[in-house]
Amino acid sequence: MTEVASTPRLSQAALALFDLVEGARVTHLWGRLGWQDIRRRYRRSTLGPFWITISMGMLVGVLGTLYGGLFKVQATNYVPYLTLGFVIWTLVNGLITDGCTAFVGASNIIQQARLPLSVHVYRVVWRNLIIFFHNTLIFVVVAVVFSVWPGWTGLLAIPGMVLLCLNGVWVGMLLGAFAARFRDVPPIIASIVRIAFFVTPIIWMPELLPNRAVVPMNLNPFFHVLEVVRAPLLGEVPGAVSWLAMIGMTLFGVVLTFVVYIRYRWRIAYWV
Amino acid sequence: MNTDASIHVESVTVDFPIYNANMRSIKNQFIYHGTGGRVGRGAGNRLTVRALDDVSVSLEHGDRVGIVGHNGAGKTTLLRVMAGVYEPVRGHVWRHGRTASLLNVSLGIDDVATGYENIMTRGLLLGLAPEEVEERTAEIAEFTELGDYLAMPAHTYSSGMRFRLGFAVCTCFEPEILLMDEWLSVGDRHFVEKARQRLEEFVERAGILVLASQNANLLKRVCTKGVLLDAGKVKATGPIGEVLESD
Repeated sequence: MTEVASTPRLSQAALALFDLVEGARVTHLWGRLGWQDIRRRYRRSTLGPFWITISMGMLVGVLGTLYGGLFKVQATNYVPYLTLGFVIWTLVNGLITDGCTAFVGASNIIQQARLPLSVHVYRVVWRNLIIFFHNTLIFVVVAVVFSVWPGWTGLLAIPGMVLLCLNGVWVGMLLGAFAARFRDVPPIIASIVRIAFFVTPIIWMPELLPNRAVVPMNLNPFFHVLEVVRAPLLGEVPGAVSWLAMIGMTLFGVVLTFVVYIRYRWRIAYWV
Repeated sequence: MNTDASIHVESVTVDFPIYNANMRSIKNQFIYHGTGGRVGRGAGNRLTVRALDDVSVSLEHGDRVGIVGHNGAGKTTLLRVMAGVYEPVRGHVWRHGRTASLLNVSLGIDDVATGYENIMTRGLLLGLAPEEVEERTAEIAEFTELGDYLAMPAHTYSSGMRFRLGFAVCTCFEPEILLMDEWLSVGDRHFVEKARQRLEEFVERAGILVLASQNANLLKRVCTKGVLLDAGKVKATGPIGEVLESD
């Protein structure tokens, strides 16, 4: 059980791979740290993490009424669409913006204990999934009220979620490392994500655009991210383009991140 | 239990990059590339601080090593290199044996979580399985002597109480290698004595203890060997008494 605490550069690839795999294995650690983050936020509040659910419910209630009227669309179609859009976007937004602080936010742990660095990214992904599942309760309520039943198509949301989470992992790794090295990455990312929210069909529907060619939806990666989870839950099959785009993004991102990780993983402890 | 713990640090050099606010921004890197190096001149010649310079240390089981040196001599960095936190710029580190590092008393201590919850979190951070921590919780709780405080959130703890918690968890799973930084600076006399006894038991089981401290009396009592660091270089190694004198 000789543990090599550092090795020649040659085996950096093996170390990077070990980091990712070993990090994924210690579910009990990042599972606990992720929950701890949630509980810390809501400790001593009576409703605890259900405040996440309630605030999402209020948001959807108010915006559903307001924009439904503004766009002159049927509440039966619009409110479930808006709810899912918000719920998924909250996850996407959390994965990206929290991903930026995955390593910097865990600097005290990184500098004290030898743990796979990926643990901190899995923690961020898990924390955001917990929030996501609290938010999905609102969709359940909305689905009952507007009698939305996706049927078997709804199961397609599972591969959609898997792809979304895989992307969350590489984005967290990459942005986490990048933001540790360059401290103005988080504000840049935050502003890009904010713009993406308005450009992506979340509060508006693509059908509402007067000239659909104006915005080439397929070029917006966030559209596909939402589509592969939202469409199945509304009983529609996402387009092949969306699946291909998601698979392509996942492969591209994982390879890119792995290459960066091979080169810079060992530097992260110095940067945080 | 494995009896031959060892740490070999071989010609290790550690440089810390110093990024001031200017250098850590993309803007500056961008300006630098955009202007051929005139405006953002600082971005090119990166400033580094050499924390360890060609350090070699070999520790075998049974060694009780005190790391001595002035502030900024590289003691903590060496401990972190031994713990595997920092991978050196040059050189290699081989470590053999289950390692616990008590570098920061408040590692993983969550202020709003109770003492018991913190025992679990910290145990997991040290690499224990949840069942292993559960098995030892009663023993850890007893050792801390914190009693009912363990059911209270950690923000009610004094720094000495936090140290008790941290120390108890770190030493509960019989590590073969124990790395400690400036320990016992906050414990009260009763607990310090208790902790010292536990360390002695540990050392008798022939593990490796590495202790960085400024406290010469403590080092003489606990350690046999010494390593004197000065400005990142090993100035002297040998019996602790001699090393302390050469400082």
